[in-house]
Amino acid sequence: MRESRSGRRLWPALAAPGTLWLLALFAVPFYAIAAVAFGYPDPVFGSPVPEWDPRYWDFTLFTEVIQRSLTGDLRPVFVRTLLFVGLALLLCFLIGYPVAYYLARYAGRRRGLLLALILAPWWINYITRMLAWLSLLQDDGYVNDVLMALRIVPDPVRWLSGNPYTVVLALVYGYVPFFIVPLYATLDRIDSQLLDASRDLGVGGYRTFLHVTLPLSRSGLMTAAVVTALPMFGDYFTNTLVSGSPTTTMIGNQIEFYLLGGSRKEIGASLVLLLSAMLMALMAYYLISSQRANREAS
Amino acid sequence: MTRRPVVLAALTWLYVVWSLVPVLIAIQFSFNDGRSRSTWQGFSFRWYWGDSGSVASDPSLRLALSNTLQLALLTTLVATPLGVALALGLTRWRGRTSRAANGLMLLPLATPEIVMGSALYLVFTNLYTLIPLGRTAQLLGHVTFSVSYVVIIVRSRLHSIGAEYEAAARDLGATPLQALRTVLLPLLTPAVLAGALIVFASSMDDFVISAFLSTDASSVTVPIKLYSAVRTAPSPALNALATLLLLGSALALVLAWAVLRRRRGVVRGTDRAGGSALREMASIDV
Repeated sequence: MRESRSGRRLWPALAAPGTLWLLALFAVPFYAIAAVAFGYPDPVFGSPVPEWDPRYWDFTLFTEVIQRSLTGDLRPVFVRTLLFVGLALLLCFLIGYPVAYYLARYAGRRRGLLLALILAPWWINYITRMLAWLSLLQDDGYVNDVLMALRIVPDPVRWLSGNPYTVVLALVYGYVPFFIVPLYATLDRIDSQLLDASRDLGVGGYRTFLHVTLPLSRSGLMTAAVVTALPMFGDYFTNTLVSGSPTTTMIGNQIEFYLLGGSRKEIGASLVLLLSAMLMALMAYYLISSQRANREAS
Repeated sequence: MTRRPVVLAALTWLYVVWSLVPVLIAIQFSFNDGRSRSTWQGFSFRWYWGDSGSVASDPSLRLALSNTLQLALLTTLVATPLGVALALGLTRWRGRTSRAANGLMLLPLATPEIVMGSALYLVFTNLYTLIPLGRTAQLLGHVTFSVSYVVIIVRSRLHSIGAEYEAAARDLGATPLQALRTVLLPLLTPAVLAGALIVFASSMDDFVISAFLSTDASSVTVPIKLYSAVRTAPSPALNALATLLLLGSALALVLAWAVLRRRRGVVRGTDRAGGSALREMASIDV
């Protein structure tokens, strides 16, 4: 397109306010995490003072936090977080795949309605969705009523006091819509002629799924896993709501505890950095492998 | 298809039931005539108004509701123009700085809320100390995570419009600014509206950023209130509050969907609009 001088100035001028906003309220705040984590204690009060000049950054506390996370008292928290998120992702896959697959391949005329219903929880406030389960899972709630009426359990299950299964299931309930939608988008794009071809060649439905559909949905599965794992790793509210017990503490709870609860904000900041580094590694792996997949496809 | 996949269909509908029925039950109990959240004692509006603990009478619930609405409204008013301008700028402006700005715009979408919340909390308590934690900080935080939504929605619309209309206006003697104002912006209106409504809904629903940036009772929003009260002081009034929140965001999203749907109908003419507008909304958060 033809560009005049005023045009050359117009577009950067339009982009400037938003960019400056994001610099001031996204980039600088992110830097502030590092400044606090690598800062120093106030000589009089002992409270953390941020160090804005990277030349004077002090990494001793950060190394200490890493050590505590690898071998010390924070290790169980990290292991538990990985375990909970891993289990939750597995369940998301087991629940989400059939739903996304049905929606993409067989929903037919009902697809619009089903899609709307599946998207609905996405837009229902997360805390509201947890609140709904909190009443159902009370000692005298509907879930225990049903379980006892069916004689599956003799006494009410104590779901809401530090039960790790409740936390994992709550995470699944909270985030599985985020898993289904990107997976559905990928499955929807798979050419059904490929599946027909496989069937024409005499391959059974099960093996077609294993050797054609599943490999073709790899990229969607990766996206789904990343989109679900990122918020799960940082989640603290689900845990507080359905458990509230130190026996199920995750990284997010520790971050919230140190940053908002106590006076050791620099430890909280270090944990945020550690978590961010983990998630960035995850993102980088995802981006690199999806790029590779794209290159192979083309 | 030859066989009807009965098992898959059953699983899917079971999933839908599992994902929505608990919320429907929670809504039902907002109309309970008694205090219980697990035993139905008849229908009543007492938790909405009338009862001293109802949303209309309890000052803390009323404050949470008005805080949430104000915050969502202000966020929409600030984030929408900011995002529209950024989308226009990033789409038409080429160069290295533009690519960097584009990367900066995408980053908030991939940042977990707890990281963004911690970052904003630390910057307001350590660097931008002129702005105390509370409602102003919450507004700034909400705008920050909302701008990118607007950019994504408006930009996808910009791509589908293409550069021809603008080029035609320019050939007829319009300056870039005139072409933008008289041709591009009217064509963009539906996307801008949809973006604004989605910002409104996501601001109302936000919990983490609001919680990290709130100080005391004066900056409590509905999600914060639900979170803090549900274990300490459960009452059907909380369900009523949650129901009102749900109604608000549902209204905003149905409007956004209708706007996106209409716009498809107008521009493409033939598109069977509903499903694709939904699909578009599905892709927004990713």
